[in-house]
Amino acid sequence: MKKIIALLLALVMVFALAACGEKPAENNAPAENNAPAEAPAEAPAEAPAEAPAENAVTVKAGFIFLHDENSTYDLNFINAAKEACEKLGVEYLLKTGIPEGQECYDAAAELVDEGCNFIFADSFGHEPFLIQAAKEFPEVQFCHATGTKAHTEGLANYHNGFASIYEGRFLGGVAAGLKLNQMIEDGTITADQAKVGYIGAFPYAEVKSGYTSFFLGVRYACPSATMEVTFTNSWYDPTLEKEGATKLINNGCVLISEHADSMGAPTECESNNIPFVFYNGSAADACPNTFIVASRIDWAPYMEFAMTCVANGEAIPADWTGTIATGSVKLTEINEQAAAPGTAEKLAEVQAALEAGTLKVFDTANFTVNGETLTEYLADVDDMGDFQPETNVISDGFFHESEFRSAPYFDIDIDGITNIDA
Amino acid sequence: MNNKTREPLFHIAKRAALPWYRTWAIRGGALVLALIVCALITTLVTGENPLQVYVAIFKGSFGTSRKVWVLLQNVAMLLCVSLAVTPAFRMRCWNLGGEGQALIGGLAAAACMILLPGKLPNWAVIVCMTVSSILAGAVWAGIPALFKARWNTNETLFTLMMNYVATQLVAYYCVVWESPKGSGNIGIINPNTQIGWFPQIGSYKYLLNILIVAAVCVAMYIYLNFSKHGYEIAVVGESERTARYVGIKVDRVIIRTMLLSGAVCGLAGLLLVGSTNHTLTPTIVDGRGFTAVMVSWLAKFNPVWMILTSFLLVFLSRGAGEIATRFSLNQSFGDILTGVILFFIIGSEFFINYRIIFRRPAGKED
Repeated sequence: MKKIIALLLALVMVFALAACGEKPAENNAPAENNAPAEAPAEAPAEAPAEAPAENAVTVKAGFIFLHDENSTYDLNFINAAKEACEKLGVEYLLKTGIPEGQECYDAAAELVDEGCNFIFADSFGHEPFLIQAAKEFPEVQFCHATGTKAHTEGLANYHNGFASIYEGRFLGGVAAGLKLNQMIEDGTITADQAKVGYIGAFPYAEVKSGYTSFFLGVRYACPSATMEVTFTNSWYDPTLEKEGATKLINNGCVLISEHADSMGAPTECESNNIPFVFYNGSAADACPNTFIVASRIDWAPYMEFAMTCVANGEAIPADWTGTIATGSVKLTEINEQAAAPGTAEKLAEVQAALEAGTLKVFDTANFTVNGETLTEYLADVDDMGDFQPETNVISDGFFHESEFRSAPYFDIDIDGITNIDA
Repeated sequence: MNNKTREPLFHIAKRAALPWYRTWAIRGGALVLALIVCALITTLVTGENPLQVYVAIFKGSFGTSRKVWVLLQNVAMLLCVSLAVTPAFRMRCWNLGGEGQALIGGLAAAACMILLPGKLPNWAVIVCMTVSSILAGAVWAGIPALFKARWNTNETLFTLMMNYVATQLVAYYCVVWESPKGSGNIGIINPNTQIGWFPQIGSYKYLLNILIVAAVCVAMYIYLNFSKHGYEIAVVGESERTARYVGIKVDRVIIRTMLLSGAVCGLAGLLLVGSTNHTLTPTIVDGRGFTAVMVSWLAKFNPVWMILTSFLLVFLSRGAGEIATRFSLNQSFGDILTGVILFFIIGSEFFINYRIIFRRPAGKED
């Protein structure tokens, strides 16, 4: 009998707890309709100040993410979305875990039903489904990161955005080159052994543009360097990325970089004491001895720009490419423990040259294809599913990356880079 | 007080069959308890008002007419895969390969959509898609069935492993058919000509799927309960030896049932590619092949009850997505609540089959 009474007492206590717990929550009740808990307080205060134009519109933003914050790629977008909306005092809704299928269209349509007039999606495969929604809701503005079709689709309310991340990767490459120089001076390696490794996701233009700009940065600092590339054929696969790192290290690569979204390669580098340059965010906590620096795209400037356009009733351009100068391309803190001395000063100097336009990443004087300097190159800028390159993108002595559309289209295999999977 | 033969506080005994209203009272009680536990977790962990969370879960499925359609579409697709695995389950043959069978059906449909336009008119492409998807699904289930019937291999492991083969095949063809080059992404197939796209009924995008699955559901109910095949499946499931004794060819029943199971999975893949998404990705089936196992079990392999159980699971997962958006909570929190509710629902079956007998208060107890 005592046991039953004890059980009952325990239950009563639990219910009492629940009753107490509910009270403070009720105070949140009016905020519930405003969806995100962070937004409501600022919204009324800042909105009028932000929209001086006559035909000002109140923006409500909806965001569609492929995964949730456990993916470094999506986390980068989620943080940017919150930052941009809070800065502008815009009400927002986030939808995470939306696959690259009809679910993306449904998510976009539901956001429209919720009253969103600005919708943003973060994954390449979302594009066709977002276009489908854009056709159905012409009064809503749709922005898509990494997509290729806005400039050929001809929709007034569908836009692509990207950033000149090749500048960030070039800077990462310079830091890597300085590290190689240090290793050569130490006598750890000879100048011919200055071989770097790169783990790419897919042999896609975005990835090729990334590793080529990284390599050009490496060679800018360390002219004797060569590079080997391997692909995982997945955007996120810790095991394959780790194996890729092992393979490259066994091939004699003395420094690693990558374009994929997991911590597989960094941890492998740390355990082999191989320095590496990362992407999307810092790995200094997990890999204090080998992480040099990382580049990433900050999406907040693009989101802010697009939402301000919506608020002021202005048109958003079909393609928008952020740069280092707009704050869209960023480097993390340099890890002094792994980086060569003087890296910070050198990077600041190179960054200033990039911003001033005196230094071009894809300067045709700095790379050759089969021993020859390119004077023209046709790229498949208009992605019509025909795989036909149609636009000359080399003029004035450099490759005009991300100018004819925001998503990268540099897909040339240059001398000095070996694809070890081919 | 210190008797040597102490009776335990309670013990468990098997129940006789309960009248239907008592079983439903137990299930209802379990659901209420589950909601209370979920409310406690919600309040203690997040500080949100649980009632508002429940309202949000409900709105996630019924908030707008669009949400209702999406809900029905998801229920239809989950139900389709669940119906597919059920005949095998009734035979006590654990087909865990629904995911791969649906995926391979989708691959066959996508192959027709990509390779056949220009060679055949649209209606013929759709016929080819239908035939090849159903065949592909049937073959994918038929291989493990053949091995089980001939060499008594373990179908659970075999069908499970076939899933990974199917996923890798689809990943491979995503690279073969990729657009743009190097992206590993197929994108919408035939976006302009719409060849191989299933027709849309009026302005209702998902109505066709829902009607097809409803028809399959009725057909499966009749097949399992009123046909000779259905009876044979039940006998084999109860006892293979009895089946052999009464002259049922067990090998044939196993292979035939698994072929049917795979064929309906293939149909699910066909609907996902041809009617819903018009693209193919390795994740297009979205775990339905595994969720279907739970749908089928919860409904005790009854196709009509499966409408209810698949509705319940889709309802909970849509609700999980809604509270993730509405309260800035991670989707995983919704999944935790779903887990609690399922735990109680499955647990309630225990109390339907067994009862707990408490120690009788004896005279000398204080």
